[in-house]
Amino acid sequence: MNTATSAAAVLSGVKRFVGGQELEQHRQALIDRTDPNAPRILVCCGTGCKAVGSLDLLETMQNSVAASGAAIKVMPEVKRTGCHGFCSRGPLLTLQPEGLFYQRVKPEDAEEIVKQTVIGGELVKRLLYKPQGAKESIAKVGDIPFFAKQTKLVLKRVGRIDPFDINDSLVHGAYKALNKVLNEMSPDQVIEEIKNSKLRGRGGAGFPTGLKWESCSRQPGRHYVICNGDEGDPGAFMDASVMEGDPHAVLEGMAIAAYAMGSDRGFLYVRMEYPLAVQTLTRAIRQAEELGLIGDNILGTGFKFKVSVSTGAGAFVCGESSALMSSLEGKVGRPRPKYIRSTEKGFRDSPSNLNNVETYANVPEIILRGGAWYTGYGTERSAGTKVFSLTGNVHNVGLVEVPMGTSLREIVYGIGGGIPNKKELKAVQTGGPSGGCIPIPKKFLDINVGFGKLAEIGSMMGSGGMIVMDENICMVEVSRYFINFLVEESCGQCTPCREGLTRMKDILTRLTLGEGREGDVELLEEIGKFTNSFSLCGLGTSAANPVLSTIKYFREEYDAHIRDKKCPAGVCKPLYYYEIDPEKCTGCGLCRAKCPAKAVAGEKKKPHTIDQELCIKCMECYKNCKFDSIKIM
Amino acid sequence: MPEAEVMCQEPEVDFTLIDRIIRDDFNGNREAMIMMMQAIQRHYHFLPEPALHYLSQAISVPLTKIYEVATFYASFSLIPKGKHILHVCTGTACHLKGSGGMVKHIAGKLGIAPGGTTADKKFTLETVNCLGACAVSPVVVLDEKYHPKATVGLLNELIDQVNAE
Repeated sequence: MNTATSAAAVLSGVKRFVGGQELEQHRQALIDRTDPNAPRILVCCGTGCKAVGSLDLLETMQNSVAASGAAIKVMPEVKRTGCHGFCSRGPLLTLQPEGLFYQRVKPEDAEEIVKQTVIGGELVKRLLYKPQGAKESIAKVGDIPFFAKQTKLVLKRVGRIDPFDINDSLVHGAYKALNKVLNEMSPDQVIEEIKNSKLRGRGGAGFPTGLKWESCSRQPGRHYVICNGDEGDPGAFMDASVMEGDPHAVLEGMAIAAYAMGSDRGFLYVRMEYPLAVQTLTRAIRQAEELGLIGDNILGTGFKFKVSVSTGAGAFVCGESSALMSSLEGKVGRPRPKYIRSTEKGFRDSPSNLNNVETYANVPEIILRGGAWYTGYGTERSAGTKVFSLTGNVHNVGLVEVPMGTSLREIVYGIGGGIPNKKELKAVQTGGPSGGCIPIPKKFLDINVGFGKLAEIGSMMGSGGMIVMDENICMVEVSRYFINFLVEESCGQCTPCREGLTRMKDILTRLTLGEGREGDVELLEEIGKFTNSFSLCGLGTSAANPVLSTIKYFREEYDAHIRDKKCPAGVCKPLYYYEIDPEKCTGCGLCRAKCPAKAVAGEKKKPHTIDQELCIKCMECYKNCKFDSIKIM
Repeated sequence: MPEAEVMCQEPEVDFTLIDRIIRDDFNGNREAMIMMMQAIQRHYHFLPEPALHYLSQAISVPLTKIYEVATFYASFSLIPKGKHILHVCTGTACHLKGSGGMVKHIAGKLGIAPGGTTADKKFTLETVNCLGACAVSPVVVLDEKYHPKATVGLLNELIDQVNAE
């Protein structure tokens, strides 16, 4: 067999690297033993694919390969990797070196793949990806628009390496940049390079990373380097995928930051809802410590940097930097005023540098290729790339990395493949619960995504969640959802945030129940502006954005709820009902079979009817009807 | 639920175990209090009061502070949970695909509010803010097993299966 065993053999001979040269020799030895053209089967085991059974697939694939051993010329390595990105098509499988892409693979397909493709060299056609509306399937990863239109800098190793094996990361260049800074660069040179790259924080606020490092490094006392992996925005999973798919990129970025700021201690704060990320990072730290890449006397240079993983306990506000530091100290996570910055007094009242997972993951490549190289991507004000998690009503749900400044059209249609079920695109929501809804068809489809542009139109970049909404999404209900979320997650110390959100929730709930009154919208605007103006932290000062942005762009929908007592999108249950169009209904009986409330009645081949008393408006009939005969009234 | 009933359901607390968590796993470090509490909760599926008293003394943190932390963070529970825990993801992607309706449906079927436990201690219903599996939304997790693209019908089946055990 190839890499898996040989890497283990190489590793067993290695204790700790006591110098950069040793690391490079070890890397070269690994590369020499790794044939890039050897057959490999990469099974995606990111959270999305795991949820649809990719671990079972991995096991059956390994067994099938082993069972057919005698018939296979060159044994392929079956490798467990992080997220490939194309989550809506999971479980995913890529066959190297050809780059064949199989999607929606079930464990029972494993044997056929081995017989037909690995042994026979033929494609299993039914597992190939076929874009919506296309006649031909696409066999290779590189030819699939979803992948071909992306630019992967942060995600370059995610989905290609085994995140549980440090040697695989080393083969693909991990810790090269750390070796470079420790042996060739002064801390100030590192900061200068990061400043040159114009890298801005990827957690949402977009503060220039180099400046933050510089101001932290100038402070006296013990310094701390903290990584914010508390990715709380619902509908966002970029950071999870990086931590799960390429943990060493994050660790290396943190170690470089620690060197630049003279820190010897780092913390990774990861949300507890990401058990796989915690597991992957913990293992990665241990492996890096064993090799002397993290811990005491790194690469024999005397530089010391200890890292540990702390888990959150389910509080959205802990994604805010000062709340996170308070939580790290074992206390409740309440943000504090920022007249003293964390870079002066943060964790343990000491100078602390906190960056997002994606920010750190960008660092090694910037060090290796230079800041100027990085500014070649993206726009003047927003350099580099950004990873988005594209979700909601779009064909291709998954992880998308594009240069800053890419248009929403390219992301939603070019990469995302457009809107399913012939529905109209209505809005794109960015920036998480405190972001805004951008009305797409009218104005903003060609807007370039970057820090400045999104803020201009009343939304924000946030950490990179991008939720596509079609015509069946009610904007009033969406803003009720976000405000309700924030009511739950507000820490409660600022009255405008605590009380303002609760009042807004009450009003929005009334609207969705058909009990809206004239003047409600104006009241919402008043409370919203007040909440945003007089709260302390980032959560409070942007909390009303979902309400304000939907009122700004979808006022007519609020009016329909208040004046006509109608929910045009068919979401607010008291404000609509389903009816079957007898002209279109063929009496196929599918809706009757699918209805969990037994509200649909009718004889076969005759138009069916819905008993409004029994109907729970779960949408099953509406979603399943093949003849478009169920109408929202 | 009457308080007395809850109390008598509480398991005996194994103080050697609590001590191991505090001293061996976390070196008695006060800053690791949240993780100590998580470890205790992983074992008992909630935070038994005697364990918190013990923790308070062992790391010299007032019980009020521990109570503050236990009630601030959503993942901690001061009351025992059911044998089977049903997590419904209510992240944005799942919400748009109807997870709110599913929560209501289960709550109605089991006769409990989200966060509650059935009288027979079989089920606890919990909502979670995003599991990162947005591609297969709505997602429901029963005892750590993911059920992608869940429907009301599937939930009915899952609950009926457990009840038939």
